[in-house]
Amino acid sequence: MKPPPFEYARPASLEEAIALLAQHNGDAKAIAGGQSLMPMLAFRLAAPSMLVDITRIQGLNSIDIDENGISLGALVRWRDIERHAELAAAHPLLAAAIRHVAHYQIRNRGTVGGSVAHADPAAEMPGIAATCDAEIIIAGAQGRRSVRAEEFFTGSLTTALAAEELIAAVRLPTWKHGRRWAFEEFARRRGDFALAGVALYYDLDTDAHVVDPHVGAIGVADRPIRLKSLEQLLAGRVVDEALVREAAATAAASVSPDDDIHAPGDYRRSLLGVLVERALARAAGLQLAEQA
Amino acid sequence: MTTVTTSFTLNGKAVQADVEPRTTLADCLRHKLQATGTHVGCEHGVCGACTVIIDGAAVRSCLTLAVQADGTQITTVEGLAPNPTELSPLQASFRKHHALQCGFCTPGILTTAHALLSEEPDADEERIRDVLSGNLCRCTGYVTIVEAVLDARAAYAKNTKHAKVAR
Repeated sequence: MKPPPFEYARPASLEEAIALLAQHNGDAKAIAGGQSLMPMLAFRLAAPSMLVDITRIQGLNSIDIDENGISLGALVRWRDIERHAELAAAHPLLAAAIRHVAHYQIRNRGTVGGSVAHADPAAEMPGIAATCDAEIIIAGAQGRRSVRAEEFFTGSLTTALAAEELIAAVRLPTWKHGRRWAFEEFARRRGDFALAGVALYYDLDTDAHVVDPHVGAIGVADRPIRLKSLEQLLAGRVVDEALVREAAATAAASVSPDDDIHAPGDYRRSLLGVLVERALARAAGLQLAEQA
Repeated sequence: MTTVTTSFTLNGKAVQADVEPRTTLADCLRHKLQATGTHVGCEHGVCGACTVIIDGAAVRSCLTLAVQADGTQITTVEGLAPNPTELSPLQASFRKHHALQCGFCTPGILTTAHALLSEEPDADEERIRDVLSGNLCRCTGYVTIVEAVLDARAAYAKNTKHAKVAR
């Protein structure tokens, strides 16, 4: 379908954009690459009175890596992450997850800020943000505020972002050298949203015990979630085959996804267990025996 | 109904159109600029038929507003052939390999492959298949499309920019 009618503005500054959003009393929406919002408009799931195009605002499209971590500007595209020379080493989990985002043409236009603001429960970037204790940097009339990813995503397509605020950046903590990690997702076709996905990482102490495990899942709830019971199970343990199997069962038991047209909830729950098993085995460098 | 003017370069020519803000680039190309080579399938970013090249990057023109294209350089399927009687090397390769049947998806596949090979002239089969996963074709089964793109790579190699694909 064609999008419903709206007004259009293309401000040159963040301040101007925020003022425009505020003037429309919650009825204006920001657009950047449009790869989530345009389908919402085409399906008429969204009908804002104004679109505020933020793509020409300077200073929102940089990838900065320093001793405090990694900052991804809201206008950073998947293509920019994919082609960045240092990011694959600076944050291998992010780089691996972003390889799964949509298709070539969408990756050329879709942005970090757009994906995080859209908050699809199966999307990779929100999943990585939740898994990695990211901070969402939000710009508003009163200046900037920072919200932890886990508090930012409040439900399906729902976030803590106010109607007159904009996402400025997503900040990921520094990735520690030598960290164990894996990203696994399953989609029925390449580029589709995942039916389920897992991102995980942990550090090792000198006796190969798991330290500070982080496990996040997408596609199995109304938002990206952390699997806290699994993190508790892993902490302080040595990852071996028995623990991998136990982790898979723990992960599957910890979620209760709804049935939808793409898959029954039980299927997603079972799939999550399989993906946790694969991810943990890969992170630990284990070859698992085939199970009957 | 308010309209806005959008101006961009289309296949090397400066063009402008007065459009409603909600007009997609795909509809602007087809209905305002009569550039009907760009096809519109799903209108929500799934099928890839409407792929055009904006500032060197293949994008879905149904997921881009015409007003957002203001100031950009756009190449559509009409911009690939050097003149009306000669195919581009990529198009010639599609013909040679029978890489189309009904032809509806072909403009989007040609623009996608052209953008890919312009940026990555040595893309391997896996990369080509990965990229073409964003374009739905219900006729061919993709085998001949992949063969055609692979065969066209020589024409995009850095030092032989104008090489022709054998007919």
